[in-house]
Amino acid sequence: MAEAAPSRPAVPTYTFEVVAATQAAGTRAKRFRGGIQNPYSRLPDWLYPTSIVVVFSLFIIYSGLVVLFETTGRFGPYLSPFFSPEVNVRLAGFLIPPALWVAWAPLTFRVTCYYYRKAYFRSFLLHPRSCAATDPEKRDYRGETRLWVFNNLHRFAFYATALQTLILIYDAVIAFTYQGAFHFGLGNVIMLVNVACLLGYTYGCHAWRHLVGGSTDCFSCHKARFRLWKGVTVLNANHALWAWVSMFTVWFTDIYIRLGAHGVLGGAAWL
Amino acid sequence: MAVRSEVAEPVDDVPLHLREAEATGRSVTLKVWRGDPTGGELVSYEVPAQEGMVILDAVLWIQAHVDADLAVRWNCKAAKCGSCSAEINGFPRLMCKSRLDSFQGDITVTPMHTFPVIRDLVTDVSWNYEVNKQIPPFSPSEEDLKDPEPWRMQQEDVQRLTEFRKCIECFLCQDVCHVLRNHEQKDQYYGPRFMIRTATLEMHPKDSLDRRPMLKHKAGLGMCNITKCCYEVCPEHINITDNAIIPLKERVADEYFDPVRWAARKLTGDKRGRRPVRGMEDAPDQR
Repeated sequence: MAEAAPSRPAVPTYTFEVVAATQAAGTRAKRFRGGIQNPYSRLPDWLYPTSIVVVFSLFIIYSGLVVLFETTGRFGPYLSPFFSPEVNVRLAGFLIPPALWVAWAPLTFRVTCYYYRKAYFRSFLLHPRSCAATDPEKRDYRGETRLWVFNNLHRFAFYATALQTLILIYDAVIAFTYQGAFHFGLGNVIMLVNVACLLGYTYGCHAWRHLVGGSTDCFSCHKARFRLWKGVTVLNANHALWAWVSMFTVWFTDIYIRLGAHGVLGGAAWL
Repeated sequence: MAVRSEVAEPVDDVPLHLREAEATGRSVTLKVWRGDPTGGELVSYEVPAQEGMVILDAVLWIQAHVDADLAVRWNCKAAKCGSCSAEINGFPRLMCKSRLDSFQGDITVTPMHTFPVIRDLVTDVSWNYEVNKQIPPFSPSEEDLKDPEPWRMQQEDVQRLTEFRKCIECFLCQDVCHVLRNHEQKDQYYGPRFMIRTATLEMHPKDSLDRRPMLKHKAGLGMCNITKCCYEVCPEHINITDNAIIPLKERVADEYFDPVRWAARKLTGDKRGRRPVRGMEDAPDQR
């Protein structure tokens, strides 16, 4: 520490650009080199990004294998969410993987989702790894511009996914009939839970919240939109939770139906 | 690291609870960054501890007993003035809202990293005030200005803005924002605090300006990648990301990234009826 305190420099007339330049001139306190103690979490700051990388990577690998190499998602009355709606197109005698016609919509929806953006920017790209973490200082960060500007297409992915969610409701209802008779099995419960979670995730989306009421400046002038906005806000408050839960229900539903389709589960009526 | 534990004669105006703290015999070690723009270091202080003490109490005890020249900016000690922002064990927090007993072991107190140090725990946050000047203020329409009656706003319209008006300008969100903190891009992004301010204006039913051109270009809204650290550190618990930044991003998408809305505007006209703010398109390439 300096023995004598230096005299305060004269304060110049600042402009936005001048101040921005001086702020970057290396006059800041050195970074804290100890472990950053986030008062709102007792978990180590590497845990969140690591978990995201592991779980997302496993899901992406699983989804890729299913979409590219599986030709059916049907087990009795049940239809996998990866294959709904069923589209079978043959090109020169070869079946185009049916899930390709479907998977792009939820994939784009999740990639551009405001929650998933946080998750993958923090974990895969380390922007930042954790709040206040001592990441490398780089000036070439471009945020959601240039390549990542496609995130602004989130609303279009929402339109497609919202439609697909309605089709999944139809699938869940129609699965109660099999070979002309009423059917009830574990698969019905799994499909219903999956649809409920997907509805919670899809219709709690920020783009939907904006569309139903957030875009207006005057709630009192649009009472119906305001009520809708309040309802969506309830779901939106837990959007991250819905995102995680619905990802796992989609995953689990497909695994269940796939195991059944491959004969692993046998043919018991309660399935 | 320097260590200073010698205790000077206590001054008469030491608050009673701090005198009681001295009597308990318990103490904590506070490592406080002391320095100026030319450099500095962490200095250790032994501070008597008492239940209920906050970090600011401890820093003020140091100022009163050991180093009278320790520079710290504070005012209300009630988490309402936003003056005592610092980094405690590396995390941006208000010193007056951080209890000593919520930490274990030595406690490190450093100035906000994002802003240049003036001295000790005091940083130069003037950049924020310059940014504030860039934002066109509340601008009612000519029609509303001529209205002789007092304006009436409904509760639901007020409530939406009230959340943003809770901001105490502590600048912790600016400090933690990695665009400003890690990437030093103050020339390209206004930061979360000013997204809040812009949202307050943009969502005001009586405001007549369209600040979306400013948001996309000069304000650099696209630089935010929704990592929500600003929300995590906000002492007023303002949902900065979900209620301000994301709605603003959606509004910018309405204007610039939605061909369906563009076509609808061309066919039916812009129903928002706001006057766009011009002259804000000259920022570096942030498209």
